[in-house]
Amino acid sequence: MKFTGTDSYVATDDLKMAVNAAVTLERPLLIKGEPGTGKTMLAIEVAKALQRPLVQWHIKSTSKAQQGLYEYDAVSRLRDSQLGDDRVHDIRNYIVRGPLWEAFESESPAVVLIDEIDKADIEFPNDLLRELDRMEFYVYETQQLVKARHRPTIIITSNNEKELPDAFLRRCFFHYIRFPDKDTMQSIVDVHFPGLKRTLLREALEAFFEIREVPGLKKKPSTSELLDWLKLLVAEDIPPEALRAEDSHKIIPPLHGALLKNEQDVHLFERLVFMSRRAR
Amino acid sequence: MLTEFFFKLREGGVPASLKEYLMLMEAMRAHVASASVDDFYHLARVTLVKNEAHYDRFDRVFAAYFNGIESLPDALFTEIPAEWLKRMAELNLSDEEKRQIEALGGWEKLMETLKKRLEEQRGRHQGGSKWIGTAGTSPFGAYGFNPEGVRIGQEGSRNRRAVKVWDRREFRNLDDTVELGTRNIKVALKRLRRFAREGAAEELDMDDTIRSTARNAGYLDIKMVPERHNAVKVLLFLDIGGSMEDHVRVCEELFSAARTEFKHLEYFYFHNCVYESVWKDSRRRNSERTPLMDVLHKYGHDYKLVFVGDATMSPYEIAYPGGSIEHHNEEAGAVWMQRLLQTYPKAAWLNPVPEERWRYYESIGMIGKLMEGRMFALTLEGLEGAMRSLVR
Repeated sequence: MKFTGTDSYVATDDLKMAVNAAVTLERPLLIKGEPGTGKTMLAIEVAKALQRPLVQWHIKSTSKAQQGLYEYDAVSRLRDSQLGDDRVHDIRNYIVRGPLWEAFESESPAVVLIDEIDKADIEFPNDLLRELDRMEFYVYETQQLVKARHRPTIIITSNNEKELPDAFLRRCFFHYIRFPDKDTMQSIVDVHFPGLKRTLLREALEAFFEIREVPGLKKKPSTSELLDWLKLLVAEDIPPEALRAEDSHKIIPPLHGALLKNEQDVHLFERLVFMSRRAR
Repeated sequence: MLTEFFFKLREGGVPASLKEYLMLMEAMRAHVASASVDDFYHLARVTLVKNEAHYDRFDRVFAAYFNGIESLPDALFTEIPAEWLKRMAELNLSDEEKRQIEALGGWEKLMETLKKRLEEQRGRHQGGSKWIGTAGTSPFGAYGFNPEGVRIGQEGSRNRRAVKVWDRREFRNLDDTVELGTRNIKVALKRLRRFAREGAAEELDMDDTIRSTARNAGYLDIKMVPERHNAVKVLLFLDIGGSMEDHVRVCEELFSAARTEFKHLEYFYFHNCVYESVWKDSRRRNSERTPLMDVLHKYGHDYKLVFVGDATMSPYEIAYPGGSIEHHNEEAGAVWMQRLLQTYPKAAWLNPVPEERWRYYESIGMIGKLMEGRMFALTLEGLEGAMRSLVR
């Protein structure tokens, strides 16, 4: 079964290729890209399109690789032993399964999302090499080998905050989601707002890409911000004319707070607009 | 054939490994990609390139390697700018007019000139030579007479999009980014992290508690440990004033990132080269100076030494006593540099001057030699190299 995007997710050709390679060869796929380009959504949409169960593992700075496999809840066992609970004799009662274990045990091949792997410690990816390669791991407490029934499709996202080790990279397919061009953006918006007025969309996209062009912005607005902004525009029923820069004296696009999330950026933007208005 | 491509990639600076190459073979065998070059391009990139900074290199190698395989005429003609096509249209005339052209020196010659013109006009990096090479063997002149050959304003050709993908070189900006923000710097500096537990015990040590409790026949025996924090110690020497004025912004960013990243950070300023004293406050650089000997004695060998400076000065300022432009120095800058380097074996010099200009300054070479080659450009790439050499 090939992944070709879904009715709520627009995938470019190279992204489709990346997903299909990962699904076919049962190897992990590493996704990088600007924030807000739909990295996390990809796994959710792939699971939906291929009708596979989705297991999500969101990484934090304190996450350990072991947590993805299983955890031995020693504290509960300690408490139970002090209280004289019978469960204490079977160590299996205190083994808590992690997301990878769940995925390995799944009846049908699962899709695993390892979100923002770069948030974790530098050694984190190295600790998962064997697990991702062989799709098996050993539970020391119960002397049990957990092996994947079906090799899951693993989608890993990274925001590039840390470099990932070479050995890890070599085991993955890699794809960098570029910021979409105008055509792709149009189809993305079409997918999310099917009934949007053509004129409004055109004007909004113009304004959006113009804002992205403003030099010196700390955080350029991304796809997800555009979608939020459109939602607001629709909700407020803003007419397309209000977005056109040339004719009105209200040059600053309405509700631009949805696009620019940084106070300095808003100031910079307003100053630039002010200057260009004076120059006219 | 693909083995050759693989080696070309490695030559071109894409660090693909054998494992990845085999993965590509496996994917080909599993028919992940159809026969089109487009698909192959995407598949090869997704398997062989693991860093978006290398996309551009990959594109270049791919373009150079696969251009012969592309069905050429289409690609050629869609690459020609519209106004040239218009001229082609003018050239694609009736038999009678062709005869006239023949008389003017021959079609072939005209095409040849046209092609030369094209090259001059476009100035495409490597593309130019390719067209010539292929045209030499292909009957380029013959196209002119063949109406099929001259597709004017042809849109949506099979190859057009594909050719453009790698020829547009959209990832050029991602290659070896020079842009250094505070956040980028912090991320690079994180390489230096080495966590250690020091100070008051205030965190529950779960593992030890369990172990001790077990040993204690099940009676709780709580163990505490101190909190983990970055124990790396850094001694930062910043060149200030003079030619460093051009690099103030990037140095400020580096400094502010370093300040938040390291708990043990000591910094001093110097001008051009270090001599017997340095200072901590630029406004009072003349009244409050710290003798370098004190620095050497105060901070232990485990400090990592980082210089930030452009190292552009007169060679005298490094090599001779009295060479300093600001005062009379009893001992040469090189002597002081060596003392520092002997005390702190882990050292690196970060230079904001772009690396390709280093060879024009003798002093940069001299400092580089003193540093035993541990001079790095103040770019993200250089910073990472420096951090790597510091932890080695």
